[in-house]
Amino acid sequence: MKRFLPAFISFIILTLGLELIVRGGWVSETLLPSPSMVLQSLSEMRADFLLAFKETLFNVLAGLFLSIGIGTLVAFLFSLSEILKRAILPFAIFFQTVPIIAIAPLLVIYFGFGAPTVIASSFIVSIFPIIANTLMGLESASEAQRDLFRIYQAPSLKVLWKLKLPHAYSYIYSGLKISAGLSIIGAIAGEFVAGGGLGALIDSARTQQRVDIVFGALLLLSLMGLLFIGAMALINRMILRKRPLATLSQE
Amino acid sequence: MSDGVGIRIEKLHKDFSQKKVIENLNLDIAPGSFVSVVGPSGCGKSTLLRLVAELETPSSGTIQKDSGDATNFSFVFQDPNLLAWRTVYENVRLPFELSKSLQVLSPQEQHKRISAALTKVHLQDSQNLFPHQLSGGMKMRVSLARALVNSPQLLLMDEPFAALDESTRFEMQRELHTLWQKERMTVIFVTHSLFESAFLSERIIMLKGAGAQIVLDQKLTLPQVREESLRTTEAFNKIVAGLSERLRA
Repeated sequence: MKRFLPAFISFIILTLGLELIVRGGWVSETLLPSPSMVLQSLSEMRADFLLAFKETLFNVLAGLFLSIGIGTLVAFLFSLSEILKRAILPFAIFFQTVPIIAIAPLLVIYFGFGAPTVIASSFIVSIFPIIANTLMGLESASEAQRDLFRIYQAPSLKVLWKLKLPHAYSYIYSGLKISAGLSIIGAIAGEFVAGGGLGALIDSARTQQRVDIVFGALLLLSLMGLLFIGAMALINRMILRKRPLATLSQE
Repeated sequence: MSDGVGIRIEKLHKDFSQKKVIENLNLDIAPGSFVSVVGPSGCGKSTLLRLVAELETPSSGTIQKDSGDATNFSFVFQDPNLLAWRTVYENVRLPFELSKSLQVLSPQEQHKRISAALTKVHLQDSQNLFPHQLSGGMKMRVSLARALVNSPQLLLMDEPFAALDESTRFEMQRELHTLWQKERMTVIFVTHSLFESAFLSERIIMLKGAGAQIVLDQKLTLPQVREESLRTTEAFNKIVAGLSERLRA
């Protein structure tokens, strides 16, 4: 708890400061809503916010789980086949440099309005860190440890399962943390063009100049991100309590 | 007790890019013998060991393993090379999980062998610890137990005690020698230390110069049982002095 105290204090100071600045008339409420105004909007429109939050959460989770499943599988295949890695990885790197907002209209054409496009958008944005980090982790096992497995003539799948994968744990965890944040960004970008969720709520609030709704949605998105990171940290701690998987130094 | 593997190396060449690391090496190693390979850094000792372990392929020449099960060998690395996420017991169990030929053993037999290997290196009480909870000497013992668990007929050791402090190193040397006397597997032990090679081996091969030339092949006339007191005897020190002189020549 002590660890979070400085962050908590600075949050309180910032919130109170913002409240004073807006109420004092230094900044217009149409540009920057006071925290109390945001809370009031959240309370008054709680049904809309809750529905949008649930929708976005579902899309984000679907996109993220797809990224984890497919991204990990692709990394495994790259790790098992150097030729496959050389043939496909450059395109994956190129693909991830294309901004999602430029691809999103295409996704609407392919998948139509609604959840499929949003999930696809979230998936596209969040898959690359999973592939890159998992692959980096899988390839981080030392030469001496690979030699040990070669001595016992271990087949490739056993090397992957018993050496490379446990070795990659810390890398995979880092990739997941990055992807969790990116999956939210991808989903919101998707919702801007395909509708639904907090993204659509933000977009419609923009047209009505309702910054309080925009800030309310942003607050909920931040909360979603924090929930993801918190859940992952908890699972990570539980795993490490059983196995020292994060001890990457060669013993 | 395992019978050792005999090794016959003929006209062995190994090049890395343009560099000739081993050139026309011929060597016979008798089954059940303890042979140390010494020499200056970069003389090709470790490459020779890796070639015998089939971790490298020869550029030309042959390495034949006979008079035993040639596939039943173990390798002890300079680093204990333990898997950090596995307990001591699980690290020692690794060969059974990886090697097809060892998977035929029943789980009970595997457990019996793991327990026996841990007892041999005095780690039966530490089997549930993880590597980060062990000292350097204990880690090396786990590495040794893992190498012994399949009752190898050939044990290849690449400077296994180089990173240990002196007292632990002496202790490990005594334990290794006692184990070898009981098991009588063939041991090829690569080391920088002339004292270590003299204390442990029956025979010392010295490699030197370009192409890993054998400049010395000496059978030691020391007692079969190597007590700690051997290190201070005149005979022992004379052997080491002779080796040292030859290395510097």
